[in-house]
Amino acid sequence: MTTDNARRVISVIVVNEASVLSRITDLFSGRGYNISSLTVAPIPDTKYSRITIATLGSVKTMEQITKQLHKLIPVLRVYEHEDMVEKEMALVKFDITENLSDINTICEAYNGKIVNAGETTVIAMVADEPKRIDNFLNSMKRYNPKEIVRSGAVALER
Amino acid sequence: MQISGAQMVIEALIAEGVDTVFGYPGGAIMNVYDEIYKQDGFQHILTRHEQAAVHAAEGYSKASGKVGVAMITSGPGFTNAVTGLADAYMDSIPLVVISGQVPMSLIGTDAFQEIDAVGISRSCTKHNYLVTDAKDLPRVLKEAFYIASSGRPGPVHVDIPKDVTAQIEEFNYDIELDLETYKPNVKGNPRQIKKAMEAIASAKRPLFYLGGGVINSNAAYDVRELVNKTQIPAVETFMARGTLSHDDKYLVGMLGMHGSYASNMAMSETDLIIALGARFDDRVTGKLSEFAKNAGVIHVDIDPASISKLVNADFPIVGDVKNVVNEMLAQADSIDGSRYESWRETIENFDALHPLTFHEDSERIKPQWVIQRVGELLGDDANISTDVGQHQMWTAQFYPFSRPRQFASSGGLGTMGFGFPAAMGVKSAAPEKVSVNFTGDGSILMNVQELMTAVEKKLPVINIILNNNFLGMVRQWQTLFYDKRHSETDLSMQPDFVKLAEAFGGVGYRVSTKEEFDAALKDAVEKNVVAFIDVVVERFENVLPMVPAGGSLFNMMLLEKKEDK
Ligand SMILES: Cc1ncc(C[n+]2csc(CCOP(=O)(O)OP(=O)(O)O)c2C)c(N)n1
Repeated sequence: MTTDNARRVISVIVVNEASVLSRITDLFSGRGYNISSLTVAPIPDTKYSRITIATLGSVKTMEQITKQLHKLIPVLRVYEHEDMVEKEMALVKFDITENLSDINTICEAYNGKIVNAGETTVIAMVADEPKRIDNFLNSMKRYNPKEIVRSGAVALER
Repeated sequence: MQISGAQMVIEALIAEGVDTVFGYPGGAIMNVYDEIYKQDGFQHILTRHEQAAVHAAEGYSKASGKVGVAMITSGPGFTNAVTGLADAYMDSIPLVVISGQVPMSLIGTDAFQEIDAVGISRSCTKHNYLVTDAKDLPRVLKEAFYIASSGRPGPVHVDIPKDVTAQIEEFNYDIELDLETYKPNVKGNPRQIKKAMEAIASAKRPLFYLGGGVINSNAAYDVRELVNKTQIPAVETFMARGTLSHDDKYLVGMLGMHGSYASNMAMSETDLIIALGARFDDRVTGKLSEFAKNAGVIHVDIDPASISKLVNADFPIVGDVKNVVNEMLAQADSIDGSRYESWRETIENFDALHPLTFHEDSERIKPQWVIQRVGELLGDDANISTDVGQHQMWTAQFYPFSRPRQFASSGGLGTMGFGFPAAMGVKSAAPEKVSVNFTGDGSILMNVQELMTAVEKKLPVINIILNNNFLGMVRQWQTLFYDKRHSETDLSMQPDFVKLAEAFGGVGYRVSTKEEFDAALKDAVEKNVVAFIDVVVERFENVLPMVPAGGSLFNMMLLEKKEDK
């Protein structure tokens, strides 16, 4: 593992309560750490939420971030993912006049498909590793996407 | 029992054993103040500024070891208190600060005296709460006291909207706390402790590095025993003054930017640092890459985030200092103190080479003399607080501290204006001791309105103003590093401090000789009054030794020998 700015993904399990998310993001911004993506949702049937944070940093920085996160009272667990399955999602809107069967075929290669068709536009959805989402979005350029949204990453240890 | 949120606050404070609350009322907290009026479970001390209320609570906590409590109103009341919260946060002082907030229906509307208090306090508290339902109040208050005082202590802020203090609900304070996510590790891993003891036994030049955490965990007397049993020399941080008594033969002195030559050299030459409740602050380590280059590190701290933050620990031990030190004591027989004989000699030689001292002057009183003199006259009978600046460093260097909790000063944040209100808090916690605040002609004006509080509440704090007509510490840096351009630090224009004290009903003295000083101090102590002793001292005295910011610990600017002068 390199020591300098590598991409890292951590999961933070927190009690669902008011302002817990701002406690976490404040900690990052207050210490000059950068968040590249962040995903939050409740963990079903518990009082906890899982926050998945992708960030850049050295091993030492990560150690500090982890310890500091752990100090926050509503934080139950913090761990950095090493051997994980990581997914991101993207939704892309196209004009209905684009080559939809091509688009659909490419989407399938990235765990996705066209999920909505309206009068003038269609929406495709893919869910894959962040790097592969980059590739997918690159290859979509030629179909003149009208709008792209991309989620933060979610990850689970293998 | 069905009571209002405001009554719940009172009941909870009493149940927590609080005997003194410092505060300042206002619209949003009036329901609570109305209940304060009706009760006699604790005394309320009305300060004349919210910042002072929090500093007083800090001083109270420092002297007593208990949780300090301050109460304030919303908006400007709260923002005035923020400096105190930040100060307590940096120095790990357990506080519960309760603020009023505008009613829930007005939150977020830019209502009169509304401010996002929990948003502001988030970064300078250990934890904070906005209570939106009086049903939560008992639990929140109980958690607040527990969180403030356990683990690494710190301030907890509880913000309560006005309608919540009016809400009537069932009150039961007999609750089991269920803080699943907050479980400080107090024990210290036995295997790590054993390994650390082995490392100590085989070290040639071990050195105790004692920090404020020792005092916070009430471990000072255990540490004294450990030091004396192992015969290992010890240096103290500014925050740890009083851990060892000034006459303890293993105490080398204070280290850091204004530490003694012997302490800083010992730290530079040690082969094993035994850090107890210390956090390797930059004012202590100097240039990190040159800090204790050949030393292994044992680091004991309750806060895992402090360990290996700046200096890598070879033996990290997360736990309460008191527990860990007692575990170490149980194994201390394996350590043969005579092994370190020559190391102790080396340190004694350092000390003989450049002892911590100052040059007397026939014309003017030297500030260091004043501090030493108070030490001679009052010694253990006084509790000492300071403001921030040169006088603060001289106090840490020259006052003969003999016990923990004798010294209250703003270390981490360095807050001018801390000293006087803190001294009032100290006095209210320890009325049997004389409360002395060493201050500067700059600092004292930052919370001078507390003269009124002190006089009214009969908190006879003796403020000794080491008056150099300068913002002395900044002037020192300007002299040394800005080619003597004393930009905006000249305080030649001054109030008449004697009249100022008198105007509030206190007693003032202006002294410029040693005899006058002795007489004034004696008089103030005997009369037991709120006093200003305005001492005319040498204007251009520097605090030495000094490690320039970012310099290496072993490269100190030293006091010139008298014969070199
Ligand atoms: C609230 C605040 N403002 C500014 C400073 C910066 N500062 C540090 S020491 C100092 C000078 C203090 O002067 P004085 O109280 O007269 O004490 P002296 O250094 O002369 O003993 C200043 C301005 C500070 N520490 N706190």
